[in-house]
Amino acid sequence: MDASDPLILARAQFALNISFHILFPSLTIGLVWFLVYFRARYARTGDPGWLDTYRLWTKVFALSFVMGVVTGIVMSFQFGTNWPGFMLKVGNIAGPLLAYEVLVAFFLEATFLGVMLYGMNRVPAWLHLAATVLVAVGTTMSAFWILALSSWMQTPAGHGYANGHLIAGDWFAVIFNPSFPYRFTHMMLAAGLTAAFVVAGLSAWRLLTAPADAGARRTLRTGALVAAVIAPLQVFVGDLHGLNTLEHQPAKIAAIEALWTTQRGAPLVLFAIPNEAQRRNDYAIEIPKGAALILTHDAEGELKGLDAFEPDRPPVAPVFWAFRIMVGLGVSMLVLAWLGAWLLRGGRAPARWLLWSFAGFTFSGWIATLAGWMVTEIGRQPWLVRGILRTADAVGSISGAQLGASITGYVVTYGVMFVAYMVVLTHLAAKGSGPGHPSTALKGARA
Amino acid sequence: MSLDLPVVFAALMGAAVLAYVVLDGYDLGVGMLMPAASRDEQDLMVASIGPFWDANETWLVLGVGLLLVAFPAAHGVVLGALYLPVAAMLVGLMLRGVAFELRVKAEGWHAELWNWLFWAGSFLAAFAQGVMLGRYVTGFESGFGYYLFALLVGAGLCGGYVLLGATWLVLRTERELQRKAVAWARWGLLWVALGVALVSLATPLASETVRARWFDYPRTLALLLLPLASAVAWFWVWRSTGTLKRGAPAAQWAPFAGAVAIFVLAFIGLGYSLFPYVVMDRLTIWEAAAHPSALRFVLTGTLIVLPFLVGYNIFAYRVFRGKVKAGGQEH
Repeated sequence: MDASDPLILARAQFALNISFHILFPSLTIGLVWFLVYFRARYARTGDPGWLDTYRLWTKVFALSFVMGVVTGIVMSFQFGTNWPGFMLKVGNIAGPLLAYEVLVAFFLEATFLGVMLYGMNRVPAWLHLAATVLVAVGTTMSAFWILALSSWMQTPAGHGYANGHLIAGDWFAVIFNPSFPYRFTHMMLAAGLTAAFVVAGLSAWRLLTAPADAGARRTLRTGALVAAVIAPLQVFVGDLHGLNTLEHQPAKIAAIEALWTTQRGAPLVLFAIPNEAQRRNDYAIEIPKGAALILTHDAEGELKGLDAFEPDRPPVAPVFWAFRIMVGLGVSMLVLAWLGAWLLRGGRAPARWLLWSFAGFTFSGWIATLAGWMVTEIGRQPWLVRGILRTADAVGSISGAQLGASITGYVVTYGVMFVAYMVVLTHLAAKGSGPGHPSTALKGARA
Repeated sequence: MSLDLPVVFAALMGAAVLAYVVLDGYDLGVGMLMPAASRDEQDLMVASIGPFWDANETWLVLGVGLLLVAFPAAHGVVLGALYLPVAAMLVGLMLRGVAFELRVKAEGWHAELWNWLFWAGSFLAAFAQGVMLGRYVTGFESGFGYYLFALLVGAGLCGGYVLLGATWLVLRTERELQRKAVAWARWGLLWVALGVALVSLATPLASETVRARWFDYPRTLALLLLPLASAVAWFWVWRSTGTLKRGAPAAQWAPFAGAVAIFVLAFIGLGYSLFPYVVMDRLTIWEAAAHPSALRFVLTGTLIVLPFLVGYNIFAYRVFRGKVKAGGQEH
């Protein structure tokens, strides 16, 4: 593997951008619904505490949203700069799906974001609430279209050929391709979980220094409760998604399970070091017949191994590990959320160990979401669009030097942005939403 | 359906790019003017564009999205050839985008740093867009003269954005800051005159296609209307800012409207120079077009969504009309 190989660099750059980008939508898609809730509670009760809460979390949201917007613009250009072959081959499908995302989602969220952030004193209360809801709807629709495209690349359907061009035969089948309903639901729940843990985690962070902050107690409980409801749903949907993958992309499942040969009654590999060179698992800890039971619901069921797909199979180790990180974190999040929901019931005061646990889990959703995307995207290789276009055939002719220069620029920019984001986020969290927080203090300080 | 879909999409893409250049142009211009203002004035300037910049930038995504949807064969060629200026623009847009939030949310020297990056990012993005335009118009020809030409267009576009930004501030601010904005607008106007003159002279020299298109009597006589109208718009802005400078009552929207007119006229001239090429001298819009099935699907959606989109954009501008006041950027 040559580090200056344009294919490697193009992939590294795209992976860097898409991984950095996805952090922010996966938070804001969920967080905006928390804002709708806080805003609606204020509208209903008139309790200024809810308004303070709304204001604090709007700051977190605004910053995260902007991070998502600007890194998203990079994505829209890199489809062309890094993967011109992608548009040439499947542009008739991918183009319209992306266009619909811009038309129905981006403008809606961007425009009403302005009203939501700056218009509270300029429009009637109902209109401000409506603007918040429209931003929420916009982010969800954005996820709908981009996941329709992403899923179509995994499980293409509804397309045909005319004069050698790949075109859509049935747009409904293209959009609602076999893996789309599962992937969309899985991602929306992931976004909800990510936001719930950020809300609970930053509230816990505040409570560690200001245990009496009523607003932070309320949001800690809201976050824990929402997580406690979503986490089990996610386990259920994740299982359905896995079965769907087994049906449509068995090679990915074989990589997830590190199953090198086709066999009946395959074991569930809990831990192993996949050995690509010798095509076997070193130091494996297995549950006999586990994988067969989970995936075929039959202890003697047959599962296809990686040998059935050679040479068109994904690398095993990253998929295998990413899957275990995702599931391991998911289960831990479920346990913590239930524990928290139980211990905080009826407004009980949180113990410090619980606060530390939630604070430690603040960004667990990010890690689990990134790991999940690595499973699905690396697990799709060597295909970019399964059975239609290989990743290697989509790469452009940009020189290694240009790629190297721009990667350096992106890494530095992202590094600076990320540090600043984290500093401001923890800073906002530490200050909390009570009286004397920035929204009132700033006016005097900056004037 | 006998509709010439590639032409329709070329028009849509042109409209999206023009909307982007005018709309994000004024907010990039305001960003570039930051070093000339005091910290309090800077807060007002940012407040005047705060509610709009995100939606403004979305036109860029629509423009590149339409290029991708309608002309996939050109998409990779254009973005591949513009690789480095595009990367520079994106870095600039990212830095200034997050700076909107961070220049007020960060503390101490962090806030100062982001305040500075807001200016630097705006400038980098504007300059890179000019370079992209310069490279695009000449069909990505390589050679010292062509690169120099691209840098010239980069500098010229910065002047144009400064003009848009300054006239926007004339419209949206009052008193001392407005007086400053009037002076900035007149500097921007001189800068634009110089830039447009140089670029107009250099473009026919740089491109044979453009030369043939413009110097073709008697059509040239009709085409003279474009530079004439631009000159009228230019003098209109000069006069209205002059009136404001003397403190006499004048329409405060006039300078901005005139600046927009200059951009629209320059854009029409550019469109005329290029059509029907989507990659200059290499690829026409018909050669690069996507399959009609894809174009029809997008056109249907566009026709349904566009009225709503324009409607709620106008609504947002109405909500935030009037002069910006201190403390207006809270959220």
